[in-house]
Amino acid sequence: MTGQGIGASVPRKEDDRYMRGRGQYVGDIRRPGMLEVAFVRSPLAHARLRAIHVPEALTGRVYTMDDLDGVNAIRATSTLPGYKPTDQWPLARGKVRQVGELVAMCVAPTRAEAEDVAAQIELDLEELPAVVDMLAARRSGAPLVHEAFGDNIYLVSSFDGDIESAAARADVKVTREIRTARQCMLPIEGRGVVAEWNARLDQLTVWSSAQMPHIVRTGLSEVLNLRQAQVRVIPPDVGGGFGYKGILLPEEVCLSWLAMRLGRPVRWLEDRREHLTANANCREHHYKITGYATRDGRLLAVEAEAHVDSGAYSSYPFSACLEAGQVTSILPGVYDFEAYRARAYAVATNKPPILPYRGVGRTGVCFAMELLIDALAREIGMEPHEFRRRNLVRPDQMPFENITKKYFDSGDYPEALRRAVEALDVDAWRRRQAQGESDGRRIGVGISMYCEQAAHGTSVYAAWGVPMIPGFEQAALRITPDGGLEIRVGTHSHGQSHETTFAQVAHEVLGIALEKIHLVHGDTALTPYSTGTWGSRAMVMAGGAIAAACTELVPRLLGIGAHLLQQSASAVRLDGDRVVGPEGSVSIADIARVWYLAPQDLPLDADAHGLEVTAGYKLERDTGTFSYAAHAVALAVDTDTGLVEILDYVIVEDGGTLVNPMVVDGQIYGGVAQGVGTALYEEMPFDSHGQPLASTLSDYMIPGPTEVPAVRILHMETPSPLSAFGIKGIGEGGAIAPPAAIANAINDALAPLGVEMTESPVSPHRIFNAIRAARDETAA
Amino acid sequence: MKPSSFDYAVPRTLDEAVALLNGDPAAKLIAGGQTLGPMLNLRLVQPTLLIDITRIPELTRIEETGDGIVFGACVTHAAFEDGRVPDPAGGALRRVARGIAYRAVRTRGTIGGSLAHADPAADWLSCLAALGAEVIAYDGHGRRTMPVATLMTGVFETAIREGEILEGVRVPRPSKQARFGYYKICRKTGEFAEAIGAVLFDPERGVHRAVAGATEAPPIVIEDAAAFLQEDGDLDAVKARLGEHGLTDPYSLQLHAVALQRAAMEAWL
Ligand SMILES: Cc1cc2nc3c(=O)[nH]c(=O)nc-3n(C[C@H](O)[C@H](O)[C@H](O)COP(=O)(O)OP(=O)(O)OC[C@H]3O[C@@H](n4cnc5c(N)ncnc54)[C@H](O)[C@@H]3O)c2cc1C
Repeated sequence: MTGQGIGASVPRKEDDRYMRGRGQYVGDIRRPGMLEVAFVRSPLAHARLRAIHVPEALTGRVYTMDDLDGVNAIRATSTLPGYKPTDQWPLARGKVRQVGELVAMCVAPTRAEAEDVAAQIELDLEELPAVVDMLAARRSGAPLVHEAFGDNIYLVSSFDGDIESAAARADVKVTREIRTARQCMLPIEGRGVVAEWNARLDQLTVWSSAQMPHIVRTGLSEVLNLRQAQVRVIPPDVGGGFGYKGILLPEEVCLSWLAMRLGRPVRWLEDRREHLTANANCREHHYKITGYATRDGRLLAVEAEAHVDSGAYSSYPFSACLEAGQVTSILPGVYDFEAYRARAYAVATNKPPILPYRGVGRTGVCFAMELLIDALAREIGMEPHEFRRRNLVRPDQMPFENITKKYFDSGDYPEALRRAVEALDVDAWRRRQAQGESDGRRIGVGISMYCEQAAHGTSVYAAWGVPMIPGFEQAALRITPDGGLEIRVGTHSHGQSHETTFAQVAHEVLGIALEKIHLVHGDTALTPYSTGTWGSRAMVMAGGAIAAACTELVPRLLGIGAHLLQQSASAVRLDGDRVVGPEGSVSIADIARVWYLAPQDLPLDADAHGLEVTAGYKLERDTGTFSYAAHAVALAVDTDTGLVEILDYVIVEDGGTLVNPMVVDGQIYGGVAQGVGTALYEEMPFDSHGQPLASTLSDYMIPGPTEVPAVRILHMETPSPLSAFGIKGIGEGGAIAPPAAIANAINDALAPLGVEMTESPVSPHRIFNAIRAARDETAA
Repeated sequence: MKPSSFDYAVPRTLDEAVALLNGDPAAKLIAGGQTLGPMLNLRLVQPTLLIDITRIPELTRIEETGDGIVFGACVTHAAFEDGRVPDPAGGALRRVARGIAYRAVRTRGTIGGSLAHADPAADWLSCLAALGAEVIAYDGHGRRTMPVATLMTGVFETAIREGEILEGVRVPRPSKQARFGYYKICRKTGEFAEAIGAVLFDPERGVHRAVAGATEAPPIVIEDAAAFLQEDGDLDAVKARLGEHGLTDPYSLQLHAVALQRAAMEAWL
């Protein structure tokens, strides 16, 4: 063990260039003769597009859907019963259905000039009434986003259980209406595309800030009617993705078409206003949820009706069902209870499509369920963590199939909770709370828990029947003549440190030093097909594939090594990066040199496959690994201003075997920052006409370094029985639990005032209104 | 989001700047660019000429007199924060400067730009109104002064006339016993305030001034603050007083009352 393999917190290989400002993003790419694009976007949320007036002088610099001959609509299909797909035309055709929808594409030598062109285009729009609220969208007589639907529903999914008998035994019943705001994802780097047609290769090259490049390639070739070999997608360094960069954007289609039409490279870089108002929306959920429990703290049944505001289009490849479609199955969370019924609606509105964002569905679900748990605990007068403890899935039940048939692979949920309660020292906070603060603020303690299904595969997604179903993940390895290792995988890093962690897995098997391991990823011309980096799957799936490929190389190395040592293959073994025999050893570098450069020294029966291999990997049971965590927070609420200060934040987390604990911590910190945003700051409001009201970062508020607490992370490591090395996916969890933990703590603080917050973000204004309403109620 | 095209001039004297400003009706002055930059990018303004006034020596000068200090308009927030310029109010300016935006903004943003832009939530506007400061405007022919308290005439509107440059601001020296309190309510560090309370108690000079800022209108300046602001006083009295000045929204009223009350408590400490 050289301290570079699985479990080592080695510094990140990629940091050398990132820390020196030498990363290379789409925005850094300059191609000779490159032109820039700016889009004319719809100023209205819902309107008939009567005409687009392009001044004569601008002919050849402006393109509309009429020009994009031979281009198909983007269409995200699904085989879920009742699902209604949409035709998302790359540029609007007939109608616009959201503010910011692309209407015309303007091209010029610089972006500023392209914006000058865009400013001269006049749109003749006939405004239609807009549906802005997801609940209103379901009422009869609501305007239709897609007339062909007959209503505004993409999908209804349900879990039908009998809750009546359990409910009848309940001592208490609590019903809440819970809402999470629409948010924007805000990776530091927005989307960006450079497209160029290469006549020699008969190939379109698309540099795109993408986390699922192979899927972009498949999608582009379908929409543009190109053979897949004619499309190469290259994601350079990607500055955060969070799900947004898994989507095939109309902008990518437009730029690709334009590059072919003009025979010149073209570029579009999303600006922050486009990002906020037109594209990267996520999260908006509404729940009506009821819990039934006994006085002694037994959760008996849960019933819920959920809505997800899925926006104007069903995006490729995940479709408009991704969030609402899994709400019913994941709502029960970490709890074991006997009866459950739920229904979820994916609703069409005249707002940007809801896209998958770190935690996909789970952040809203966790918010609803964990707030309900606290409300029940308050109702029966029990400490919320004690109520949780009595209802968690127990370790002796593992592996556990829960009420919706989710297969929890391993773990000790009560222990995570116990450690979180102890580490935060809930008792000490209770004492301080009872004493009261000298500055008049109120102390609150909150907890939330979740489990995160990760790296779930074919069996899960086949049921969805979306355009992309993950299967075997593949890795292609090549030992280089100098004894280094090249790894090629089709996943791509948008900040996950794959260059380091994937190398650690290879090092674990082959002993080659990290410095000599080189990761090639993303580029569709160089890497095996992959659905990409999403669903916290890359470490488990690509990591597993890399391990499988490394393992296949071992006998080949031993074969050549044994020959060089004049031993039989059975007499040698791999130790570190050397093949060791009874006497003497040879290095992998020696073996590689012979294979490539001195083949005369090879054994006559050498394995002709040589030192390159492509291997596939799939979990035997591909229902997913389940990492989980307990988040515990203590905070103070200033009831005069509604401002909240987080005083302590503890996470006890079980991600199975940790490949690089430092990287895992980093993933959690980043997720928590986003979770704090969901809890307290982030909100994309719309007016009644569907106009987005936060078009810059002065209106859309995100936490900064001073708002993100110094989180204390405690790890538990229960290896997954399902995956190579016992690794579990952990990429999203940090963003799932904070909104519920923080809201629960605020409610704990405000309970004596009769105040309970059920809407995120829990903004000062909302807190003020709730306190006022409670006072008025008492006064009345 | 790129600006429309414009010319750029860097005058070296105040008179040169005024001449350029008067020579082109669509010209705009640029100081730190911290406000104008985003407005250009969003194309909210589309000037034909930008006149960069940051290299004009008169605009970065400091002039100390017995009863006050004149700061050139282009003195940056960071210069105050770092103590690179004197502080007539015993550290008050330094403290307020430190709370403006983020360091990167403070490095370039200027006191004159902030006052001329007249964002109701700007810190200088409330702070300097409370301190009884005056601005000096120059139009190429002569100078006139006006109190900061009445500089702002509406949201993003000031009494500075077309063709005038805000040359500097004169901050009077409070007496030794004077106490200044400043409290800003904002949702996160570096964000514009949702409410500002600024209080100057200077009994020796007969000043008991309270300023409620960030009201989406010019700051509310109240000269008999002692009458309704008391240590640990009653918020309702403060609210009633602010209500007389047109604040009606309950949340806004609450925040402004709290900010003023806390500023007052600080001044008493
Ligand atoms: C992210 C961010 C956060 C911020 N937060 C705060 C905050 O918390 N509190 C706060 O007070 N401010 C805040 N600001 C504003 C900041 O203080 C600006 O620097 C200031 O408002 C403008 O100063 P400037 O020198 O950059 O002016 P510029 O942007 O250069 O100019 C602003 C306007 O004033 C005019 N102008 C400039 N100088 C003169 C002059 N001498 N005479 C006449 N007209 C002139 C310009 O023509 C322009 O119209 C923030 C800004 C940003 C970007």
